[in-house]
Amino acid sequence: MGEYSVSVEKLRRDFGEFVAVDDVTLSVRPGEIFGFLGPNGAGKSTTIRMLCGLLAPTGGSGTVGGHDIIKEPEEIKKTIGYMSQKFSLYDDLTVAENIDFFSGMYGVTGKKKRERTGWVLEMAGLAARRTTVTGTLPGGFKQRLALGCAILHEPRIIFLDEPTSGVDPVSRRNFWDLIYGMSGAGTTVFVTTHYMDEAEYCNRLALIYRGRIIARGTPGELKGEQMKKAVIEIRADDTVKAMETLDERGIETAVFGNLLHATVDDAGESIPEIEKALRQGGVDLTGIRKIVPSLEDVFVTLIEEA
Amino acid sequence: MRLVRVKAIVAKEFIHIRRDPLSLAMAFLMPVMLLFIFGYAITLDVRDLRTVVHDLDGSYMSRELVRGFSESGYFTVVETTRVESEIERSLESGRAMVAISVPEGFSRDIKRGVTPTLQVVVDGSDSNTASIALGYVSGVTERFSQRLSPVGGRGAGERKSTVDLRTRVWYNPELKSSNFIIPGLIAVIMAVIAALLTSLTIAREWERGTMEQLISTPVKKAELITGKLIPYFVIGLVDVVVSVVIGVWFFAVPLEGSAVLLLALSSVFLFGGLSLGLLISIVAKTQIVASQIAMVSTFLPAFLLSGFMYAVENMPVPIRIGTYLVPARYFVTILKGIFLKGSTLGVLALETALLTAFGAVVFALAIRSFKKKVF
Repeated sequence: MGEYSVSVEKLRRDFGEFVAVDDVTLSVRPGEIFGFLGPNGAGKSTTIRMLCGLLAPTGGSGTVGGHDIIKEPEEIKKTIGYMSQKFSLYDDLTVAENIDFFSGMYGVTGKKKRERTGWVLEMAGLAARRTTVTGTLPGGFKQRLALGCAILHEPRIIFLDEPTSGVDPVSRRNFWDLIYGMSGAGTTVFVTTHYMDEAEYCNRLALIYRGRIIARGTPGELKGEQMKKAVIEIRADDTVKAMETLDERGIETAVFGNLLHATVDDAGESIPEIEKALRQGGVDLTGIRKIVPSLEDVFVTLIEEA
Repeated sequence: MRLVRVKAIVAKEFIHIRRDPLSLAMAFLMPVMLLFIFGYAITLDVRDLRTVVHDLDGSYMSRELVRGFSESGYFTVVETTRVESEIERSLESGRAMVAISVPEGFSRDIKRGVTPTLQVVVDGSDSNTASIALGYVSGVTERFSQRLSPVGGRGAGERKSTVDLRTRVWYNPELKSSNFIIPGLIAVIMAVIAALLTSLTIAREWERGTMEQLISTPVKKAELITGKLIPYFVIGLVDVVVSVVIGVWFFAVPLEGSAVLLLALSSVFLFGGLSLGLLISIVAKTQIVASQIAMVSTFLPAFLLSGFMYAVENMPVPIRIGTYLVPARYFVTILKGIFLKGSTLGVLALETALLTAFGAVVFALAIRSFKKKVF
């Protein structure tokens, strides 16, 4: 198994003519939070399913928890916890019944089962709602219960596929606290997301786009070395008009709240250029500065270049 | 095979059924409803045949003859006419199915010792009913002739054939059709219900998205299939018991054989039927497709090819060979045997063996075709 929890090389999956995942090579160290990022349909779920032994790769090789992803998918399933993208507990079962069921599936019994059940209820904040039918729980509770059910057997590696989609910001924050806790205790966490702010929480990231990994590294590395362009933040009284004006002059911008971000090769050259363009276009500029790019800027740039 | 996992699946499935009114209805109400609907609808007993009487003789003798018909209970005189063309009109309009035409001189011929003629017309468009009606007609006229020539009378002795044929029907002496319809019907209904019950269970998990989580756990395929089968097996047995009780108490079908053997062999049949439903559910992946396949693949063969409605011996050879693949065929034989003949396991050994083989093969196929993969 070596030093990696997850290690795959040249992973590929075709669906007929369509290549969903192409030439994906990556490795994750024990205890690491590995973020797998990309827009919808980029191949995140396909990759995670191959790693969990739920989908046979068309090509490539690798190991998860020391087990071969092609020859030993059932061994992998004993080692990992997986939380699929869609909420996938039983809506018509109560909280306790869902926990009971998955305890059974993972072969967790007796004293251990009582202990883990207590832990999950506590973690999910559902101790008082054991007998509530799961389908009626709010999204944040459902998601934490789903996480709890996936890790009843205390797996060494956890795969989370878009765990926070459709969950309110406070619950998302709580969820990431849980993930930090588990990572701190030595559990490897492999998580997919399309929320860029969540990417900042990860130790290392890979960006997948159209089935291929187009960038990888720590959040810092991605913002520094990999980002060869500069980002300029523009504050104008009429954001839309400013955007249109710059667009006419071939300067592309993206809206961030009521601000505009322009990604340029050289900030020193571009700032006077933008100021001039807006002045000519009759837009009142209230502020302009070079900023440290966010991960979102990095990814937008990388995807445009890809 | 780990018991803790099988138990967890069984418990979960029971909860699903308990909390879903539709599943409950399908499990417990549907077989009872089918039994009543078909039990009443399919009756081969012919009674109260609407009869038109065309009596040109109008004598005491002719009236006695007609009375013989109506008193038999098989014929109800709905019309009496002296006009011949009325017969045709009555039969054509469907007001009557049988016409009895007594010619002029009927009683005169009898008194003279000449065999009189009697014309009976039967609507043959329902050939089954017509042939049964004809049987009753000859029975009634036979009895009428016997009354005319007292037993032991010299004249009678001369005219009668020397062979005294006495037919006896065994196993169903009254030839009451419900006696052989109900046991067969229970077999047909259970064939359909068994496959239908399990046909939804795997497909539902795929549709609801719960299957992906389930197959990411270390659960073994055999554990999952077994765990899914057991709750429906219990329900299926309850259905059999309820059906048998209704058959015996409500339709007054005698249960000649052992109830224990009946339950034991029903278990063997249920194992195969439920496994077939699971196999369908695995292959179909959607509930609607699975339930349709389960319906068509069990109901039609069970109804037409099991020997329930039509005797297998009368089928063309290729179809007869095909009936060996219909498990309901063996179950029909088993239930009819135990109900009507009090058959023992020794007599039903071949059927039992074939049902066991069917169950084992389909169960193994279900496990084999289930994949712990999303595609």
